[in-house]
Amino acid sequence: MKQQELIPHLFRTEYRKIVSVLCKRFGFDQIEIAEDITADTFLAASQTWPYKGIPQNPVAWLYFVAKNKAKNHLQRNLVFESKVSEELKRSSDEAYETGIDLSPQNINDSQLQMMFAICQPSISQEAQIGLSLRILCGFGIEEIANAFLSSKETINKRLFRAKEKLRKENVKIEFPGPAEIDERLGSVLTTLYLLFNEGYYSSSQDTTIRRDLCDEAMRLCTMLVENKLTGKPEVNALLALMYFQASRFNARIDQNGELVLYDDQDTNLWDAELISKGAYFLNCATTGNTLSQYHIQAAIAYWGTQKADTPEKWKNVLQLYNQLLQLEYSPIAALNRTYALSKTAGKEAAIIEAEKLKLSNNHFYYTLLGELYTDIDNGIARQHFQNALALARTQTDKQIIQRKIDCLA
Amino acid sequence: MRHEDGSKIASPEQMQEWMKQTMDWIGGIAAQNKFVGGTGLLFADAKVVHHNKMVTDGPFGEIKETIGGFITVRAESAEEAAEFAKGCPVLQGEGNTMEVRRIHKNEGGH
Repeated sequence: MKQQELIPHLFRTEYRKIVSVLCKRFGFDQIEIAEDITADTFLAASQTWPYKGIPQNPVAWLYFVAKNKAKNHLQRNLVFESKVSEELKRSSDEAYETGIDLSPQNINDSQLQMMFAICQPSISQEAQIGLSLRILCGFGIEEIANAFLSSKETINKRLFRAKEKLRKENVKIEFPGPAEIDERLGSVLTTLYLLFNEGYYSSSQDTTIRRDLCDEAMRLCTMLVENKLTGKPEVNALLALMYFQASRFNARIDQNGELVLYDDQDTNLWDAELISKGAYFLNCATTGNTLSQYHIQAAIAYWGTQKADTPEKWKNVLQLYNQLLQLEYSPIAALNRTYALSKTAGKEAAIIEAEKLKLSNNHFYYTLLGELYTDIDNGIARQHFQNALALARTQTDKQIIQRKIDCLA
Repeated sequence: MRHEDGSKIASPEQMQEWMKQTMDWIGGIAAQNKFVGGTGLLFADAKVVHHNKMVTDGPFGEIKETIGGFITVRAESAEEAAEFAKGCPVLQGEGNTMEVRRIHKNEGGH
């Protein structure tokens, strides 16, 4: 790998590890110092390597430099503190010598613990995802702004406020106790789920960023799966869901970057390897006696990977949506359930159910009604599609709806 | 819902079909975000404890239809809840009934 590519690559893979380890050592209240030291380390690399050549082991070089910078920082603090108390110096002498542990085990633990520190219900979901991208995924502020279709300034402010809040709450970088872990794990999984969806359903036209978001969500979820404290059935189920969805990533977007609807996808582009990984993790998820929403969603996504459009497929999907809605209502699940109903009980029956949903500010609702009325009453279908068009926000959605209207004529 | 013990009058296939219909019925309510919870009650091992503390098997005696389960919904009124109840597949059985009751001291729940 050439130098111009090497440093950005290492930034993506190593920044998060160094920050997590340093921050765990310093405490969350010093997260900015941890970030500064890490950024300084990469700056030193970009200043030194062009002249002295790339070190034999670039990662070890980064760890070594980061460790020294961190030691200097701690020592400076210590000199200051020792003026206050000699006792303090002796007691913390050992701590700064041995405290910075960049072993694979500690890097892994620190990142997982950082995940729990960031995914706090006290800060907004958007802030949790932003901080995760920055601290756990090593994304630049500009990349985060791109992913959220927002400005660098807005993202900077959002992240700053979130860090302040976490600092005030005295958030600890540690694993929650066994009694707490299920509850806290719920917040972590929600954030990873949204991070994945941000990539999968994002309106950002930048395909590379979208793919990166999905990959990062899967990488973080894999870390949770592999740890024995956090590798619970619902975590495996979420990872299975991600693999099943990701298997269609290449089929969902055409050469022009436009969305290809499920029914129009070239099934040869579905990734069989990812599907089988999904099946593997779904199998791992079937222990214990909790049925999470991720189990049901993964099971629905499994049927989504089955190419044959059989009655069996839609009967199963309908029952799964029935279950999912009892566990966790969402408008999109309600709409998908009604679509599955149209596939098993026919359009007329589905129209009756659809009209009860009354999701009148949702363009997918009108798109569904338009679909159901197509070939039954094209005039009504057209009205619904027009409503959908008026409510749709993104260009992609508008194009899809317009194509449906054109097909009616 | 009040109905007979289905397993006494129907085949396992028929039971399964009813189960599916029940799931579709509940799914339809849940799709409107009006489902709160549901509990099916088994007919096996049912006991009745009488006022003299005598315990007998099965509640049934004179009446065939007994409580087979209940679901809790979020409805604006008892009338809306009754509309939901009309969709319940147990009403296919003659003599079966659905009873709508408001939950005591539960704001907004019926």
